[in-house]
Amino acid sequence: MENTKSQSRRSFLKSSALAGGGIMLSFSWFSEAEAAEKTTKLNLPEQGAELTAYIKITPDNVVKILCPNPEFGQNVMTSLPMIVAEELDVDWKNVVVEMGPHDNVKLGPQFTGGSNSVRMYWKPLRNAGAAARQMLIEAAAQTWGVSANEITTKAGELSHSSGKSAKYGEMASKAATVPVPKDLKLKAPKDFSIVSYSKKNTEGVKLVTGKPLFGIDYKVEGMLVAMIQHPPAFGMKLKSFDTAQVLKMPGIKDVFSFKLYDEGFEQGGFDTRTFNEMIAIVGNSTWEVMNARKKLSVKWEPTGDTKDTLAGRGGGKREVVVPGRLETTSSQMELMAEYAKKPAQQLRKDGDPETAFKNAAQIIERTYNAPFLAHNTMEPMNFFAHVTPEKAIVAGPLQAPGWIEPTLSKILNLPADKIEIQMTRMGGGFGRRAYGQYVYEVARISQRLNAPVKLIYTREDDMTYGIYRPMYTATYRAALDANKNLIGFQVRGGGIPENPVHANRFPAGAVDNYLAEGWEIPSNITIGAFRAPRSNFNAAAEQSFLDEVAEAMGKDPIELRLELLKRAKENPVGKNNDYDASRYIGVLELLKEKSGWGKPENAAKKRGVAAYFCHNSYAGHVVDMVIRDGHPYVEQVTSAVDCGVVVNPDAARNMVQGAVIDGIGNAFYGALTHKEGAAEQTNFHNYRMIRHNEAPKKIDVHFVESEVDPTGLGEPPFPPVFGAVANALFKTTGKRYYNQPFVSVPQKSS
Amino acid sequence: MASYNLKINGKTNKVDVDPSTPLLWVLRDSLNMVGTKFGCGMAQCGACTIHLDGNAVRSCVLPVSAIGKQDVTTIEGLSEKGEHPVQKAWLEHDVAQCGYCQTGQIMTATALLKKNPNPTDAEIDAAMSGNICRCGTYLRIKEAIKSVKQ
Repeated sequence: MENTKSQSRRSFLKSSALAGGGIMLSFSWFSEAEAAEKTTKLNLPEQGAELTAYIKITPDNVVKILCPNPEFGQNVMTSLPMIVAEELDVDWKNVVVEMGPHDNVKLGPQFTGGSNSVRMYWKPLRNAGAAARQMLIEAAAQTWGVSANEITTKAGELSHSSGKSAKYGEMASKAATVPVPKDLKLKAPKDFSIVSYSKKNTEGVKLVTGKPLFGIDYKVEGMLVAMIQHPPAFGMKLKSFDTAQVLKMPGIKDVFSFKLYDEGFEQGGFDTRTFNEMIAIVGNSTWEVMNARKKLSVKWEPTGDTKDTLAGRGGGKREVVVPGRLETTSSQMELMAEYAKKPAQQLRKDGDPETAFKNAAQIIERTYNAPFLAHNTMEPMNFFAHVTPEKAIVAGPLQAPGWIEPTLSKILNLPADKIEIQMTRMGGGFGRRAYGQYVYEVARISQRLNAPVKLIYTREDDMTYGIYRPMYTATYRAALDANKNLIGFQVRGGGIPENPVHANRFPAGAVDNYLAEGWEIPSNITIGAFRAPRSNFNAAAEQSFLDEVAEAMGKDPIELRLELLKRAKENPVGKNNDYDASRYIGVLELLKEKSGWGKPENAAKKRGVAAYFCHNSYAGHVVDMVIRDGHPYVEQVTSAVDCGVVVNPDAARNMVQGAVIDGIGNAFYGALTHKEGAAEQTNFHNYRMIRHNEAPKKIDVHFVESEVDPTGLGEPPFPPVFGAVANALFKTTGKRYYNQPFVSVPQKSS
Repeated sequence: MASYNLKINGKTNKVDVDPSTPLLWVLRDSLNMVGTKFGCGMAQCGACTIHLDGNAVRSCVLPVSAIGKQDVTTIEGLSEKGEHPVQKAWLEHDVAQCGYCQTGQIMTATALLKKNPNPTDAEIDAAMSGNICRCGTYLRIKEAIKSVKQ
């Protein structure tokens, strides 16, 4: 047993008896508040409040555990309760899991994103389970008149050497009256019997039987259905519209325009404004609204340059000009090439890169480009709202309720305690559902109609709305001396509208003379976090570039990385390197071993390798590629990941396999292009998604065995896929691939 | 508006809807059967797959007026609690991530297995390539299909 200490455990846990007997245990978030604040920028209380009904144990031994974070496929409805159940020491089959209500004070940040769920809740949930277990022991000790340290627990049962035993349920009511323990004893990872042992998805049966789980399934009596008509292009706005024909259509209740934000509204960090004025079409049923919408007659006009008021970084507010130009992909590319030549902002400099490049015997310079990407969650954006003058209930798929509530409160002019946000399961998120415009839209519509309304986007609405992965470019340069030693490294990256460069990432720290620079081009095309933001481009560019550098140096690509990492570990350059070279090395070595890299039996394979660090974890892949019917396909992938303790291994493997397939799909086919401001891809007939027949035949996933606290998994395996695919393409075709998407062939129609 | 008597999962359901209404929205809005999902509205993603006389069909482009006396089977008709062999295989392989596309995947797989109880990998590829999974669970879908013993 490990003892954990916390100076702020005074009101760590609160407990109360359940009406029908049993215990309701509440635990405080605050011991982790500091870490959480860093992660999410939420204002958490200095002294925590209790988590009501977090754990319930009934007299018949049912253990109910609430999941604090919304589920979007990352398995939190299973993995987070597993952490509680482990320390509580209960039989997993007696555990019932429910999604918690939105309450950032009681349940913590409740933020799904940044590969943070397990990382952020690991300690608080272990503490909650351990405290409850110790209270049950104390209750039994008092009941039996024995010393608490003579009592052991196993799978929801308490026992004493005298032969006395009791199920948790029998002691639960008494445990609720026991003082909350000050010192918690947590299990050593070697003693885990739930964590690190695969458990099936707690919502599995509901999912395969089609039970209502998702936001789009949400329904209440008398609910209306709404759709929005947004401008057809970025840089266009509403001029006028005629509702007469639409209003004549059956089932239509109302058609009106509305504004997302009032003039001068100060937008928070996740209040991206794509279109400020839209038309709402509201009716009785989805098809009636879809059908009537076709009769809408609208005139649009250019917005010209506009202004946005944004909350300032670190207080205050700032105004930004959003350019009005109607963008076309070819001109975006030209503009990026032009900016790439201009002086840029220096992000990091080590040594004397100018001299290194001046003295170099050989300079390798390559430029990489990647397009905008749409998230394309399978469940299109949707949300429910019922706003009355007194209160608002909103429900649906949302990654970050805590970021949406303040804006909702301002927009509706209702205090936060009159706003109830219910989080449904999400049909995918990938970052898109951290941005809540669709919540504000439906809230506006419901408020105007004073009725319950569900807003549904069509696929076209969803794909053409913006909030994309930005368009990026980066030029990498490497300087080699006459002995082919790497003496200088430079990255200059930019994008529309943000620069992708992570200046303190590898190979920073491993090269004496290093320079990182970035630049940005403002745009009216809105962007948002997309699975491993920036990393998803950097890993593609940097890891392909390193492959070419290794080739020029006459070195094996894994060996070159290991040499550089050894340097970074033993004698790092600079002070702010944000990766742990030892863990990075560990992943590469595991990958080398498991893939049989360099082994004679694999000599004929067309293989590419890449590894990357992001979101606190390390991942690498070896991709084996083949040509079938004249097109490249990834046949097999070997993956190695270090994400610390793996809570639910089989689900974790699923996540990594999914990240690999997602990565291959986006690297090969993903692109959102523009013509005169309009998205050229509007649905899955012209936005190509990877399909069943295009997935690898095998993806072997290996985790570094570790007792390090979990460091996140949703994002880290995704970025290196792009680099490994690019490098395998070189081996397969003899050509280097610098521009995504790598493959552009017509897809089979279904 | 017109009246239709639809045979869904062995039961007759009377609905009054516009003849152009896709079966998807009849199921979801009129009959509260929400297991059939909306993904694209143009038969490109397979989230809305149902069976029409045993064939896998995209309900988002199937007007209610075209159904007539044909038998409709939805995910809700496979089994109440997930006892159908294909659902069991999905649970055994813990296929789902977000899970949104999985009812459509299961309906396509079930129709395939009914006609071809032992499909090859190539036959599975051909049958399943119309169903997009954004989370990338394709390998598990294939493993689950191959594990089903009819």
